[in-house]
Parts: sequence; C-alpha cells; structure tokens
Amino acid sequence: MNKKVSPLLIITGLIIGAAAVILTKFGNPANMGFCIACFLRDIAGSLKLHVAAPVQYFRPEIVGIILGSLIISLATGEFRAKAGSSPLVRFILGAVVMIGALVFLGCPLRMVIRMGGGDLNAFVGFAGFIVGILIGIVFLKKGYSLKRTKDIAAVGGYAVPAIFTVLFILFLAVPTMFVFSQSGPGSMHAPIFMALIIALVVGVLAEKSRMCMVGGIRDVVMFKDFKLISGFIAVFLAVLIGNIVLGKFKGFSTEGQPISHSAELWNFLGMVIVGWGSCLLGGCPLRQLILTGEGNLDSGITVIGMVVGAAISHRLALAGSADTAATAEAAYKVGGIGQNGKIAVFVCLIILLVISFIYTPKAKGNK
Amino acid sequence: MKEVDARGFACPRPVLMTDEVIKTGENDIIVFVDNKVAEMNVSNHAEKNGYKVSHEREGRDFKLVLKK
Repeated sequence: MNKKVSPLLIITGLIIGAAAVILTKFGNPANMGFCIACFLRDIAGSLKLHVAAPVQYFRPEIVGIILGSLIISLATGEFRAKAGSSPLVRFILGAVVMIGALVFLGCPLRMVIRMGGGDLNAFVGFAGFIVGILIGIVFLKKGYSLKRTKDIAAVGGYAVPAIFTVLFILFLAVPTMFVFSQSGPGSMHAPIFMALIIALVVGVLAEKSRMCMVGGIRDVVMFKDFKLISGFIAVFLAVLIGNIVLGKFKGFSTEGQPISHSAELWNFLGMVIVGWGSCLLGGCPLRQLILTGEGNLDSGITVIGMVVGAAISHRLALAGSADTAATAEAAYKVGGIGQNGKIAVFVCLIILLVISFIYTPKAKGNK
Repeated sequence: MKEVDARGFACPRPVLMTDEVIKTGENDIIVFVDNKVAEMNVSNHAEKNGYKVSHEREGRDFKLVLKK
C-alpha cells in the first residue's frame, strides 16, 4: 500500500521522543535520553576499553534496543541470521561514524533530541549530517555497494545480541567487575530497569517501523519520499513539546547547552562523517542496533566497530568537549576538539572517500 | 521481461537496482529481495512509477512481480 505517511513511524517517533524526555527526567543526562554513540561509548568505558572517568557506565538502553528488535523479529518470523557483507569495511565504518559522532557529541538520534531541546549547535550538526548524506548519495547513485549478505547458521545471528546480554547480566550480578563514573554524564542515568524496559519498547517499535535517521533524508533526496523523515520530525516535536511541558525548554541558543559545544566547524564536519558513513553502512547507528537484533551479524560487527571507535576516540583525545559556563573568574569558554580530534576528522573523511571509491564500480571508471 | 536479484543487498540498493530497470521502460519486471523492508520499499517505488505489484514468497525470500 503506497501511503504518503506511515502512522506507525509517526507513533514510533513520538514515543521515542517522549521516552527520551522521560529518561532524562529520571536521571539520564540532559538532552541525552537516548544517544546510541554516547551510550556505546559509556559501555566501552564501563569495560575500561577507555578510561575517561566521566563517561563510564553500562547503558541498559543499548541492550534493550537490541533485544526489543530481536524479540519482535523472532515473533514475526523476520529474524534471519545473515553475514558476509564486507565485515571489516563495516567494522571500520562503524569506528569512523563513532569518531565523527563523538566530535559532535551525539549520534543522529541525539542530534534530533538536542534540536528539540533548543540546542542550535545541533542544527549546525544537522546541516553537516545532510551534506554527509548527499555525498553518500552521489556514490550510491554511481552504484556503491558492499558485498551481498548471505544466510548463515542461526547462532551467528544470535552472537552479538548474546554478547551484550551476557555483559548486561554480569553488570547486574557482579557490578564490581565494571567501572562506573562518579561524576559527569556517566554518573547520570535513569533507573536500570526503567531504561531497559523503555528501550525494549523502542527496539520493538523501531524494528517494526524501520525508523532510520539517515534513510529519512536519503529518501527525500533520492525518491522524494517523506515517509521515513516523518518519524524524525515526530521525534523532534515530541522532545520539544515534552521539554516545554516539563519546563525545561529555555529557547534556542548555541551557548550554555548541556553536553554540547559551539565549535561549529567541527559540529558540522563531525556530522558530515556520520551522515556519509551511515549512508555507506545502509543505516544510522540506531538502525545498526536494530539490524543486529534482527540477526544481521554484519551490523553486529558494525556495532562492535563503534565500541572500538569510542575507545580509540577517548584514548587518543579525539572526542569533543562541551563548552564551559562563565564563572566569576573566567569567561565562557567554547569547547570543541583538540589537535588530535582535528587530525582524526580529516583522516576519517579520507577513509570514507577511499571506501566510497573502492566500492563504487562506476566511480572507478569500470562498468 | 527483466529480472532483478537484489537479495543480500543493503538499503537502498534494492530500490536503486529496480529503478535502473524501470528507467529502461521495461513493463515486466521480477524483483527478488530477502527482507520485508526491501519488499515494501521496492513495492512502494514501483507503484509510484505506475506498476501493479504482486507479491509472492520464494522460500525465505520475497518475489515481486511488477507489471505496467
């Protein structure tokens, strides 16, 4: 049935937006009810894959989204263990997308949540995101594609969900094995089971509705199809209205936004990386979690690549740091990235260019 | 009649592969995909381009028959 809008997608967007506001109300960091990038980074920290003290916590939301997708895809018979589509390239793309996201301080979903929170820096990121997707589309139109996936034994499809589930059970049973931030965003979290259950619902809905931040923009540009982007708009509206209702909305600004910096060039370029890389992956970070739950081992490997990218990002000081508020002694200080981060942005863009060319037959001049 | 085997390809490749054939003016196209999302996307795209779409299963895969 060819409808212009999908009610399920809009409902999913509204629920995700509302869930994000609720999770922040109950403890998640401001404008970070969900952030696939930040949460995978926090998990990396809790495993001591990096040692950035303010961002270490085993986020149940990641497990919930993967398992929600797994449960609904098993129930509807859509679970299908698949692999074989250039896994190492996907691993690298996952790491690159994560590095870009941490420069900006958010994944595409957090970008929309920040936009709904009044963060104009996120709108700059959005512009970069669109540009990144447009670049990806150029290569898609010329025939860019990674290899076909193939069916594999079921155990392969369960592997990455199982890894996250086992780690989560350990986190619950033997928390002393892990590391938790005592201050900073990693110390801010909603109650574990609230986060898990809300994320399970989000996983179910995102799987059924095929919610994807990248797909939304890509479909508008390539096919003039506004279905997927309506989910994106619904998230924004739900967050904006939720923030207004809770009295948390203080207008739009670039300064003083929580866990956000106003070094706009790097917000822009960070999200160019995310948009472009996600286009090459066939889906945004949220979509990679959903596909992982559906049995796609390549997406599972992409998620692992994101975890490794997060570890690299914090070990090598590539990630963004937020603006600092003015005090009696010091003026407002714009955050952003240091020297390493700037080099990493350019390296990531080159990696994306190389991968784009290698896997685009017409771009190489071949037919 | 042209056949498009888009099984195993990531979004949005199945739609792009179908679109390439649609652009040649072919009236009879058979498209194979391996997941519901691709089935829906290809179907929507074909209908937008004036094709009647019928859906069949082919083992675990999906077969779309597009006719103009």
